[in-house]
Amino acid sequence: MSMTKPIATTRSATGIATGKLAVWWVIGSEIVIFGGLLASYVLHRIGHPEWAEYASHTNTWFGAANTFVLLTSSLFAVLAHHAAEHGDGKTAAKWLLGTCGGGLVFLCIKAVEWTGEIQHGYTITANGFWHFYYTAAGLHALHVIAGCIIMLIIANEARKNVELHRVELIGIYWHFVDIVWIFLFPLLYIAK
Amino acid sequence: MSEHQSHADDHGQAHYVKIWAVLLVLLILSVLGPIIAPHVEFGFLKAWMITLMTAFGIAVVKAYLVAANFMHLNVEKKYISYLLATMLMLMLLFFAGTAPDVMEHKGQNWENIAAQTEVEQALESQSETKAHGGEHHDAAH
Repeated sequence: MSMTKPIATTRSATGIATGKLAVWWVIGSEIVIFGGLLASYVLHRIGHPEWAEYASHTNTWFGAANTFVLLTSSLFAVLAHHAAEHGDGKTAAKWLLGTCGGGLVFLCIKAVEWTGEIQHGYTITANGFWHFYYTAAGLHALHVIAGCIIMLIIANEARKNVELHRVELIGIYWHFVDIVWIFLFPLLYIAK
Repeated sequence: MSEHQSHADDHGQAHYVKIWAVLLVLLILSVLGPIIAPHVEFGFLKAWMITLMTAFGIAVVKAYLVAANFMHLNVEKKYISYLLATMLMLMLLFFAGTAPDVMEHKGQNWENIAAQTEVEQALESQSETKAHGGEHHDAAH
């Protein structure tokens, strides 16, 4: 069996490495997914003045803490990329584990926050605002979980100095997840 | 690794830490925005305008800083920026196309009675709750 890579992974018509180009296209499609969801939220929020009162029950401090966690994990991701660029797979793997840790802290904070809200009766079926709240934050949380799983696989490879270019690819994805939260934070927690 | 390279690495890392610090300052400002807005409003500049500016203006700046510096969009080929801009335009097209039907509940030849009723009932329920001391929050209305 030949050990050479398929042509699709090595050729590059755009001058951008195929793997990186694929990640950018994933992000392009994610912009439409999250963008559509957030645009729908904004439309309904403007059309429903009563949502202002519903939104007043979200906890700004939970949102701010999670923003801090994701921004910090993004720093770790770019430092992993920096290490990988210099051929230091072990350091890159450590930073990736740190990033993944940030993702886990984010999910724990979310779990505590949602538990409190559900106990107060603010469930996904309560009203339109809470539909959007749980759908948008839930979809985002699913992306955090997916990112963490992929990151662990890549960190395991990077540790052995294998396929180091993938560190940058997961980093780009993670920064996008961070950017989505940067917009979710003011929409769900600040604009009350 | 040469000494020159090591200095360059330190500089690269310091740059990322600097961007992160700026992002944290912006985060603090966005949290403080709604708290200080009622105390600094003057003339036509209302508190809600200051809140919106600090919330979404800062979000745009934060997103730009992450995209340009952490995702390296500032040094990436223009193809990627065009790709992302196209997707954002599609999102705006969706927004513009559906806005008249969702943001308004009444037009020249149509009326969304269900939405109007929902808004009226919810606002009524909220004002009743306020009148009764504002302690009871019914999540379902």
